[in-house]
Amino acid sequence: MKREKVDVLVIGGGAAGMAAAVQAANEGVKTVLIEREKKTGGVLNQCIHNGFGLHVYRKELTGPEFMEELWKELAETDVLVQSNETILQVLPKEKEVIAQSSEGMKIYEVGSLVLTTGARERPLNSLMIPGTRVSGVFTAGVAQKMVNIYNRLPGKRVLIIGSGDIGLIMARRLKIEGMDVVGVVEIRPEPGGLMRNVVQCLEDFDIPLLLSHTVTEIHGRERLEGVTIARVDESFNPIQGTEKFIPVDTLVASVGLIPQNELIEDFVEMDYINRGPVVDEFMRTSVDWIFAAGNNVAIHDLVDFVYEEGKIAGKYAAKVAKGEKLPEAVYRFNRGKNVGVMLPQKFTATQPFRMYIRPKKTLEKAELRISKESIRKYTWKLRPSQMIDFIFREFESLEPENRVIEIEVIEIE
Amino acid sequence: MSKRIVCVACPIGCEIDVQVAENGELKISGNRCKRGYEYAKDEVTDPKRVLTMSVKVEDGEIELVSVKTDGVIPKKLIPQAIEFLKTLKISAPVNAGDVLVEDLLGTGVKVVATRTVPKRYHSKLEIQA
Repeated sequence: MKREKVDVLVIGGGAAGMAAAVQAANEGVKTVLIEREKKTGGVLNQCIHNGFGLHVYRKELTGPEFMEELWKELAETDVLVQSNETILQVLPKEKEVIAQSSEGMKIYEVGSLVLTTGARERPLNSLMIPGTRVSGVFTAGVAQKMVNIYNRLPGKRVLIIGSGDIGLIMARRLKIEGMDVVGVVEIRPEPGGLMRNVVQCLEDFDIPLLLSHTVTEIHGRERLEGVTIARVDESFNPIQGTEKFIPVDTLVASVGLIPQNELIEDFVEMDYINRGPVVDEFMRTSVDWIFAAGNNVAIHDLVDFVYEEGKIAGKYAAKVAKGEKLPEAVYRFNRGKNVGVMLPQKFTATQPFRMYIRPKKTLEKAELRISKESIRKYTWKLRPSQMIDFIFREFESLEPENRVIEIEVIEIE
Repeated sequence: MSKRIVCVACPIGCEIDVQVAENGELKISGNRCKRGYEYAKDEVTDPKRVLTMSVKVEDGEIELVSVKTDGVIPKKLIPQAIEFLKTLKISAPVNAGDVLVEDLLGTGVKVVATRTVPKRYHSKLEIQA
């Protein structure tokens, strides 16, 4: 089998992976970026709406434009992009990675690894809705690819289940392309996506949003003929007597994203709330030569943050590949009140770093506390659909004997 | 009149209060940046949006090129703009940033390509229809 020595191997050519590869190559090490599709770009390719790049490029871009900015950055480096290649296995003891490409199997002997494999869509089947398995049921990302890349409409009359950002964006997108979008159903009492998307995707296009509703049955023989929807109670159980039949030939599901970590989850420490690896401020996992960034670490709201993480992971992965020893992450955050998704979970306290927290529930006004001390005040509404981010630098109050640091988001008056 | 608006200028989505006095003067609060101020002002007078969609491409690697308006256009023109862009068909190659429409429906706003679509590869053996 062909063997190849690489300093930094980056797995996954989406936003995080491209940023990581650029940064690693800029540190002067041999960097290879693996992409299983024909071209890099990942999901940016099909996200033709705007709202990307405000942090990184200081201008409002669409997904493909953000992707092309990254292509320009890549073109200025010596990164070797291996497209049409997929990774089968990471061998932690041997520090080897097994790849499959059109040339056959290949083994990379790596100095360090950056895992940027992103996320997959949660399928509708996971909701266990009774009924037949008909055609006409799509995840939002698949519908998005059909419409934006392949120039195909998934059907004529559609209901969207789930009000995450992709669901809201697809509601608008399908309406613009001429489908009859009958509405978006959301099981929770509040929208899952950003408020800006509720406004510009639903309100602007008169698409109804049915909160506290879900699909309870799928009807049809070969093609979808309709769905039954019902109101749900506080514990998300359908309320009898509220069922309604909605004739549709298409159902688009936007019911969540699942970080993809099959390549490493058997041997790195995982965080079961983030559903990704535990990382420190260098984006280093519990295995000191494996780094991770982007949606496989935790689901993010903004590609800009994914990009920033990729840059950090690439930089420190390069240092490790060069033989540099990074400080140990001796401190660990303990999730306190209202803290859901959070990263990093560990830190070295040697330099300020950006933290991300997703509040567990909507808070009118809140205060962020670390070890009971107030760090930031939020005088505006915090929602689970929006991560809060801040630079953590208040290291003076840390006590070396207490290495578990409680972090909490407290509702204030 | 007083109106509460969710700003769409960026993902933060500030909730902005706009009060319109009888003399037409606006009192805007809750925004955290200048873009939010402008957005809120427009929202009570003449709401505006950026439109993103696709335009058909002939002979390209893919059948569509993603496009955007190079600035905001009046919201009331959006249905008309959508119908107009659906009638367009351009030939590959297209480069990101190419201006496809100089002046969209008299708004003075351009429509630009947001993706590069190379020409489709033709084999020498391909039979021309």
